[in-house]
Amino acid sequence: MKRVYSLEDVCIGCHLCEVACITEHSISKEPVKAFMREAERPISRCTVEESDGGAVSFSTTCRHCDEPACLQACISGAISKDENGRVTIDTEKCVGCWSCVMACPFGSVQRNTEKKRANKCDLCPDRERPACVDACPNRALVFEKGEK
Amino acid sequence: MNYVIIGNSVAAVGAMRAIRGIDKESGITVISRERYQAYGRPLISYLLGGLINEKRMAYLPPDFCEKNKINLLLESEAVSVDAKAKSIKLRNGDQIKYDRLLIATGGDPFVPPIQGLAGKERVFTFTTWDDAAKLKAVSAEIEHAVVIGGGLIGLKAAEGLHLLGKKVTIVELADRVLSAAFDKPAGRIIAKKMKTNGIDVITEDTVTTINGNGSVISGVTLKSGDTIDCDTVIVAIGVRPAASFLNGSGIEVNRGVLVNDHMQTSIKNIYAAGDVAEASDFFTGQKNPMPIWPDAYIQGDVAGTDMAGGDKKYAGGLAMNSIEFFKVPTISMGITNPADDGGFEVLLYQEPENYCYRKIVLKENCLVGAVLVGVVDRAGIFSGLIREKVDVTPFKDSLLDAGFGFVNLPRDVRNRLFAPQRKQQF
Repeated sequence: MKRVYSLEDVCIGCHLCEVACITEHSISKEPVKAFMREAERPISRCTVEESDGGAVSFSTTCRHCDEPACLQACISGAISKDENGRVTIDTEKCVGCWSCVMACPFGSVQRNTEKKRANKCDLCPDRERPACVDACPNRALVFEKGEK
Repeated sequence: MNYVIIGNSVAAVGAMRAIRGIDKESGITVISRERYQAYGRPLISYLLGGLINEKRMAYLPPDFCEKNKINLLLESEAVSVDAKAKSIKLRNGDQIKYDRLLIATGGDPFVPPIQGLAGKERVFTFTTWDDAAKLKAVSAEIEHAVVIGGGLIGLKAAEGLHLLGKKVTIVELADRVLSAAFDKPAGRIIAKKMKTNGIDVITEDTVTTINGNGSVISGVTLKSGDTIDCDTVIVAIGVRPAASFLNGSGIEVNRGVLVNDHMQTSIKNIYAAGDVAEASDFFTGQKNPMPIWPDAYIQGDVAGTDMAGGDKKYAGGLAMNSIEFFKVPTISMGITNPADDGGFEVLLYQEPENYCYRKIVLKENCLVGAVLVGVVDRAGIFSGLIREKVDVTPFKDSLLDAGFGFVNLPRDVRNRLFAPQRKQQF
């Protein structure tokens, strides 16, 4: 299946992938409204990591694993893997126990502590390519086929 | 091929999915003692506390059995297994034949003999939906409940009752709550949080007598001689593998049903997975029952794969728990109470006044355990490092940082995880 991969050599640490992710998962899908006006700002599903003052940076996100540890750990059955391989969380079923956070070896499930719901990459079902990939100004994120 | 699964919780579901991943057609019959479709067992405390309703208990989509052609027999209890005839017998006398059998009956709550317990009406265990339902049904009349056992089940039962506005006292024999999953400081932090919120926690003591008249409870007497007035008792000492129905079957049972790394029991074509099984430990390889939800799923998955002719090996049980108490999240995994002379190295970060604590346990430069209280984000990175046995020497000093991440790992490790799999062009 197609997954989002990260090229750390060309990542400039701009965090635009996170901005795009938040925007895509907002109500308005407009960045200013999403950040300034909407009552609840979504939590980014991708996480930019940096060290040495930005000398190294890269974006991490869900691998949509073939055998998802998050799914195995979920106590409420909120996590499923669909026929296309997408691993998603049904936030109506999630109880916020953070078992998925405990299990995901990629650190790619976030905690929405306000709503007490886990949060993760859904590969932007409304788009051809995930928003983070489209937003990356230096093509440090790619959406392509890979085994894991 | 005819598959039969006894039990209908997470290990059974892991097996059903694994079988259907390989074999789309053969019959799968699932036998459950309970009257519900598969449900999120750990959710019973949420249900008791009114945090979720009955609708949210379902673990699977409503059309799961239909879609996967699962023949689910509810309120059916297997009472014996005849390995020679390859058949099992149900309580109602029915015989069911199998070609491959999975035993995934889980655990039964252990109720020790306590003086005065027999005949008392309001003594409960807390491991099933029905347990929660029974407790909830009488909750209007409960004023003060004593929970015997300060493990996971006891604490969750206490929390559920507390959410209903009941006075709750936990009595734990060890010197702290959650003694299996947590170390002393973490146990104390949680006990303090519970006490601050009005749940009484008594440690290093136990209930010796349940007092009362006839079926009505008036209180309990502790080993220390203290008495506590109460009207309800929850016994939450632990669970034991639900394997007694296998007596006489020839299947080798120690504390649980002994299995190899393919979840095969001592008898061909019979498998076991989940809380009923006794599989190997991730670190030592020694067999021990591990009543851990994610582990049960993995065992079920391994069993189902093997049953359907696939090949998958169990890597060994790794204990892990994620529980939140009064908004303090906690995650623990692996070895959390290392022996002083076991060659372990312990890294600590403590801020108990803010309910914050981090402990990392290392052995031979590999991560073998972690306790996280307060800040638990991205805890799974640690479970990955444990499972992959990554040498942490180059980044050991950063393990306790709240912002610890892949940037701290050697480049080749993180590129293997996140970089494109084609040949890199840079």
